[in-house]
Amino acid sequence: MSTQNPASTTSSGTGSSTESIIDLSGVDFGYTSTPVVEDISLRVTPGEYAAVVGPNGSGKSTLMQLMLGLLRPDEGVARLFGEPSHQFDDGERIGYVAQHASASKAMPITVREVVKMGRYPHVGFGRLSSEDWDIVDRALDIVGMTSFASRRVTQLSGGQRQRAFIARALASEADLLVLDEPTVGVDIESVEAFYDLLDALNQDGITVLLIEHDLGAVTEHADRVICLNREIYFDGPAGEFVESDALARAFGTTANLLGGSR
Amino acid sequence: MTSLPTIPLQAGPLNPVFEPLYWFLKLWSGFMSWVAGMTGLELLQYGFMHRAILVGLCIGVMAPLIGTFLVHRQLALIGDALAHTGFAGVAVGLFVNAVFELGISPYLTAVIVSMIAALFIELISEATDAYNDVSMAIVLSTGFALGTTLISINAGGLAVGVNQFLFGNLATVSQDSAAILLLLFVIIIGVVALTRNQLLYVTFDETAAAVSGLSVSWYNRIMVLLTAMVVVGAMQIMGVILVAAMLVVPVAGASQVSRSFNESILVSIVLAELAVILGIGVSYSAEATAGGVIVLLAVAIYVVAVVLGKLQTVFSEEDTPEMGSIDMGEAKPSDD
Repeated sequence: MSTQNPASTTSSGTGSSTESIIDLSGVDFGYTSTPVVEDISLRVTPGEYAAVVGPNGSGKSTLMQLMLGLLRPDEGVARLFGEPSHQFDDGERIGYVAQHASASKAMPITVREVVKMGRYPHVGFGRLSSEDWDIVDRALDIVGMTSFASRRVTQLSGGQRQRAFIARALASEADLLVLDEPTVGVDIESVEAFYDLLDALNQDGITVLLIEHDLGAVTEHADRVICLNREIYFDGPAGEFVESDALARAFGTTANLLGGSR
Repeated sequence: MTSLPTIPLQAGPLNPVFEPLYWFLKLWSGFMSWVAGMTGLELLQYGFMHRAILVGLCIGVMAPLIGTFLVHRQLALIGDALAHTGFAGVAVGLFVNAVFELGISPYLTAVIVSMIAALFIELISEATDAYNDVSMAIVLSTGFALGTTLISINAGGLAVGVNQFLFGNLATVSQDSAAILLLLFVIIIGVVALTRNQLLYVTFDETAAAVSGLSVSWYNRIMVLLTAMVVVGAMQIMGVILVAAMLVVPVAGASQVSRSFNESILVSIVLAELAVILGIGVSYSAEATAGGVIVLLAVAIYVVAVVLGKLQTVFSEEDTPEMGSIDMGEAKPSDD
């Protein structure tokens, strides 16, 4: 529906946190006493196309879960659309796409049924209205999957499956699209089309947050790169990231970290 | 709390709930007698068969309905674990009845014990962050051990009655237990009808469901409680040992031949009903245990479904639709 955030129109006090979609300040988190992420402060504002990169085990997925309120920080504050992340319950504003391409769930479910789930936060315990179905069909159309609508998701290629999940996020009319390594197991051709789709959606005003290990794709498509390995090594424009030595530093220390902690 | 002249279910306070169910049972029995008169089928002449058929039909709907959600979460074995704790509940009921000279239906205590065990499994998994088969196995064996111990303490005539719970029995479906099953059936169908969207979302994609604001742990709790109800309800005919099959086998068959989730639920119910109705007929005429016959038939139907499913994929391989272009960006060629 509307992309207006009621919180952003009310200018309260500092006003700094209300403009951000994601706002982390001084966030620490660890599953055990060893911190997985440490002293993370960052803000994502509407319309951004930001990518979080880092080696395996660098805490990328943990950071994403902290941002989305699936985990609560041990220290610091995590805010989502101006609210504390773990209390945020306006779920239809967020579209979430995970590594579904490789997940081989044998569940019989059609593409349309998956996309339909995007409307569930809107309808609650009720049924989908014809308006909801129109939105579902439009989302299918945008990602070019209309002719696959009644196909079983398990019969799709990795790239097609990811389009279906993007369509679900679109059907929820999300302001923020969060993708956790979405192209794992997707063939190269489809990956290209997939990033073109993200570019187009971002130009349309949707904030995109991408968690990715494929550095080439990130520097080519994202506007902003956040390089993470337990703490933030780089946060800035994608162009500057390529020239900086953050990559070498973040990935260079991995060997030691992995050797020690795993 | 009006007490009837004849108290069918000894749990007095529940009478207002059960009264309409007994009325429905009477109505159903009348209908079955009419069918018997029309068709001349011998097995429909007996009152216990009327009830057994009704219970069987209810099982054929609710077991695959709940089973569909369980199977696709890789939770197929939770039914087995809960059935064994249900057995402990039966033993508790028999024990309490013997010690305090009460007349509580063992199925009622089974429902309660099994639901407590279900919540227990769920809470363990929430604390440890995973459903693990070790905790499931512990709950399963604890339930069965508790059951056998309680029954052996009671000893004597009880051992005879236990077979009915272990293996199920068409002839022992009493008015009371049929009424309990009807009540469970209404609750289960009602809850699933209300929360089907949420249950599907949590089943299919737990993280996305959590991101979209659903309380995943609450829906998991609802799911295991419903499972406990189904298992105890179905125990009467299927028995403790075979009850889990009704949650799993028809669902496995249906996922072979269905494309959509809704279709798979419908197909699994049809397959289950087929197995139940045929199974009751065969077991009556062959004088075999109904539970065993029903499961064997369900497995046979599953095998047929697998073959059909394979044929289906062979013949549908030719028509691959063109993938549409992405509407917002430039047109992309199909990548098939």
